[in-house]
Amino acid sequence: MSGSGTLRRFLPYLMVAPAVLILVTFYVYPIGYNVYLSFFSWNMRGPMKFIGLKNYTELFTSHDFTQTLMNTIWYTVMEVTLVIVLALLLALFLQKNTLVNRFIQTISFTPNIISLVSVSLIWMWLMNTDKGLFNYILSLFGGDAVGWLTDKRIALFSIVLVSVWKSVGFNVLIILSALGSIPPYLYEAAALDRASKRSVFFQITLKMISPTLFFLTLMNIISSFQAFETISVMTNGGPSNATNTLIFSIYKQSSEYYRVGYASAIAVVLMAIVGLITLVYFRVLNKRVHYR
Amino acid sequence: MKDWVRTPKFIIRLLLSLLLIIVFLAPFYWMFLSAFKTLDEVIAVPPKFWVDKLQWVNFQQAFTRINFMHYTKNSIIITAGTIIGQILVVVPAAYAFARYQFRGKGVLFGLVLFTMMIPGQLIFLPIFVMFAKTGLLNTYISLIVPFIASGMAIFMLRQTFMQIPDSILEAARLDNAGEFKIIRTIMLPMAIPTLSTLALLTFIGTWNSYFFPLAWTTTDAVRTLPLGVKKLQDAEGLNPHIVMAGNMMLILPVLIIFSFARKHIIKAFTYSGVK
Repeated sequence: MSGSGTLRRFLPYLMVAPAVLILVTFYVYPIGYNVYLSFFSWNMRGPMKFIGLKNYTELFTSHDFTQTLMNTIWYTVMEVTLVIVLALLLALFLQKNTLVNRFIQTISFTPNIISLVSVSLIWMWLMNTDKGLFNYILSLFGGDAVGWLTDKRIALFSIVLVSVWKSVGFNVLIILSALGSIPPYLYEAAALDRASKRSVFFQITLKMISPTLFFLTLMNIISSFQAFETISVMTNGGPSNATNTLIFSIYKQSSEYYRVGYASAIAVVLMAIVGLITLVYFRVLNKRVHYR
Repeated sequence: MKDWVRTPKFIIRLLLSLLLIIVFLAPFYWMFLSAFKTLDEVIAVPPKFWVDKLQWVNFQQAFTRINFMHYTKNSIIITAGTIIGQILVVVPAAYAFARYQFRGKGVLFGLVLFTMMIPGQLIFLPIFVMFAKTGLLNTYISLIVPFIASGMAIFMLRQTFMQIPDSILEAARLDNAGEFKIIRTIMLPMAIPTLSTLALLTFIGTWNSYFFPLAWTTTDAVRTLPLGVKKLQDAEGLNPHIVMAGNMMLILPVLIIFSFARKHIIKAFTYSGVK
């Protein structure tokens, strides 16, 4: 009897143990280990050499790092703004539940379930400077060939476009579900008050879905920081570093130049940025809840 | 009067709808078309918007140019392993978090929520070093185990277990049913919709995954199909028809599943986004 009592007491721990063990091994521990590695100079083969904050001082004085950081910020600003604005417009356009709208919603979501490698390969072919469909269409209107992925002034924007095409459908889905959960009586009350279309949109629609838009903004920012496949497949960080981002340079520095410590320092900076943004998100969220 | 007002609006709507359909379908159509063209057709200017004769040979070429079976086999093993492993690890954990009171539960569940907020890609490097030091590089284990304790899966399944009314459990306990019997006969069947949702999400995520199979391997031994198709691009960049044929074979399994379980998948994604 007491044996089964002991079992009962330990059973919950036994049940969560595998999950907790894996989460500690592959999330908690690596975060600490990452910070530790960033204080060393190490090429993965030879001995590790403690160099204190040298990786960080090199980072913040390096021209490449500044450019990579700026690329990441630009990429994020363009991608998040485009995705949120387009998804909102699309969701409003598709709000009525008709056959055509449902069809458009489904096809706009399809790129989201497909490998980003596939999406990148398709767009790479469309954006091919000599034989791509885009430049052919441009030529029909008398335009010159654009180096979508080879011109360093627009390559980053091209990468953003691909990512927007892929992820807008998912954002539409979430915004549509938020629009659908606005209680109808709000609109009825507004109609009784003869509120203008404009004020109905700003006072009711936008206000009610603003928590969702806020949440999606955070999600998109964090996923922008992780953009990797498009860059790896389409530009490999080029031309002349124009599409090199923080996450991509962590990969490059470690896998091509074997600079484990330096790459870890970049990862620490990126983690700090993500942590800070998440913190701000929850701060603002709390304030708004209190305000209500 | 009314019709007159409505017509321009209707036409604008129609044009916009058409534009959207083109924007989202044209890239797929172009891949499909290119995959069935000959080399001359695929690089022809002006391009042709249809094909006269389907070039199935492109698929055969893509198949042999890279070791397609090898990558497919790895993709299947890793995807299946992740789904099965996830069920084995996540079900008991979610059940304990939902149904038992125990010391440290708050802290442990906080840990689960915490891991949901860390993008795993940021810490790939320390994990790579861990694998290198333990000899786990280029093994299936390294591409399966880190993903089976998914925080989101635990979170979703816990919600499901919490929603099962206590009265059903009390009745079973009165019948002297053991804890495991209760889980097996009552809890699991009621969690099957959530489990299948999770399996679908995991299938899509793992099948499509490119970053980790790339970052955590140094040889082709356990690399998956997305890496294989990327390799095809590197080798056959001047033959877009062959790259697109390979690409179609990568997309096809996901598209087939999507066409069968469209509503289910869309619901699953909505849920994972709204939480």
